[in-house]
Amino acid sequence: MTATHYFRGFLGILTREALRFLQQRERFLAALVRPLIWLLVFAAGFRAALGIAIIPPYETYIPYEVYIVPGLLGMIQLFNGMQSSLSMVYDREMGSMRTLLVSPLPRWYLLACKLTAGTFVSILQAYAFLAIAFFFGIEAPLLGYAAVLPALVLSGLMLGALGLLLSSAIRQLENFAGIMNFVIFPMFFLSSALYPLWKMRESSPWLYEICRFNPFTHAVETIRFALYGDFNPWAVAITLGSFTLFLSLAVLGYDPARGMMRRKGGA
Amino acid sequence: MSDPKSETRNAAALNVEGVRFHYGAKPALQDVAFTIPAGTFTVLLGPNGAGKTTLFSLIARLYHATQGTLAVAGHDLRRAPLSALAEMGIVFQQPTLDLDLSVLQNLRYHAALRGMGKKDALERIDAELRRFNMFERKHEKVRTLNGGHRRRVEIARALLHQPRLLLLDEPTIGLDVPTRKAIVDHVHNLCKTDGIAVLWATHLIDEISPSDRIVLLDAGRVRAKGAIADILKEADATTIAEAFTKLTAKENAA
Repeated sequence: MTATHYFRGFLGILTREALRFLQQRERFLAALVRPLIWLLVFAAGFRAALGIAIIPPYETYIPYEVYIVPGLLGMIQLFNGMQSSLSMVYDREMGSMRTLLVSPLPRWYLLACKLTAGTFVSILQAYAFLAIAFFFGIEAPLLGYAAVLPALVLSGLMLGALGLLLSSAIRQLENFAGIMNFVIFPMFFLSSALYPLWKMRESSPWLYEICRFNPFTHAVETIRFALYGDFNPWAVAITLGSFTLFLSLAVLGYDPARGMMRRKGGA
Repeated sequence: MSDPKSETRNAAALNVEGVRFHYGAKPALQDVAFTIPAGTFTVLLGPNGAGKTTLFSLIARLYHATQGTLAVAGHDLRRAPLSALAEMGIVFQQPTLDLDLSVLQNLRYHAALRGMGKKDALERIDAELRRFNMFERKHEKVRTLNGGHRRRVEIARALLHQPRLLLLDEPTIGLDVPTRKAIVDHVHNLCKTDGIAVLWATHLIDEISPSDRIVLLDAGRVRAKGAIADILKEADATTIAEAFTKLTAKENAA
């Protein structure tokens, strides 16, 4: 077991994810159309209904479609993380997860590689979305496009780790609708993706508290601040903490000694 | 690298000792013990639900046995899992190829996970695909291959890193009779020409050759093991089918 072996294994997993991504054009298209509908239709309808006060990191009044761009970047990564978790559950039924797990590399390392590869794919999608948004005149400061990269890496890893954790813990996900209803929608709507949290506090202090505890809120805020060349240490810290927690639990879930796999019988 | 290798050179390809496994309170395997000598073809014979797939999952280290030890080519699965996994090639019951990737892409993925370099990987891939008459289909997507061809690719994949133990869990499931026979013959040849030890799980008696060794598993227990002649003698039977019935019936009645 040499460093070369580890590196080759990582490249192999990354190549496979990239090939699968390129060969599933519909998936790529769907990943872009979804946030674009929110941006170009939903935001257009809502800009009149919703006034946005000046809040950091923005230095001036901003139209609603500018406000929701970071939230939609988060949504792309949220979907990607859940989709790869769904594909892992599906994989496991199909058996290709097993092919991965019987490789002579430590299991935590294999999971970390899979996570990194998924994050890489989600970042490609996020930048494609930013490019289209730019084309429609929704621009961020030029420096922001570079500064957002580490933020996207962190949020992508956190949401991917959540996906990994779900794939290890959930017995069977019949279809994507289950994840939509119980993970994606609550995480997305109970966050700062679509509305600033102070707005939420005005209507319901109780929901406001939930939003504040939602890791997705902090992923979105990490992205939002980075996109404007700013840094939100609190959001970064919570995103990083959530990532560590989710990944540790996922590695535990896949541990052959105490893992969830054994409870699932032949799976 | 050479020292630990020589230590394990004479070790059995697989050694299973006192293995128990429970799903919750329900016992799936009890006191399972057997040895697969290097270079032999062993059939793990048992009806559906006997515990064959559970046993495979334990050997493949998908999860740990509740009790007992497993060692592959002398490497204990708990103490040296990576060395043990490196000596194994596995063909699972369900297909595990990426349908949207080509045969070559699938095999290169596996070679990378095994730490093989590009040159080495391409050479081994060509050699194994030639052996299984699949070389011409190297660039085809797996989705376009029929079941028999997909199986051959999976066996070729399991052999890429030249393992000492090849595990196959009911590999002929869903295949027609001639394809089934071709694959059975092929793997038997592997054993002879390459000296690979094979553990072949099945419930189909016609997949057994006279020279095979057998481990008869029923309701989570080993009912008989050894060379076919010995088992026939022990059961006082003339055919494997008869021995199978007698040995499982006797235990069930007891």
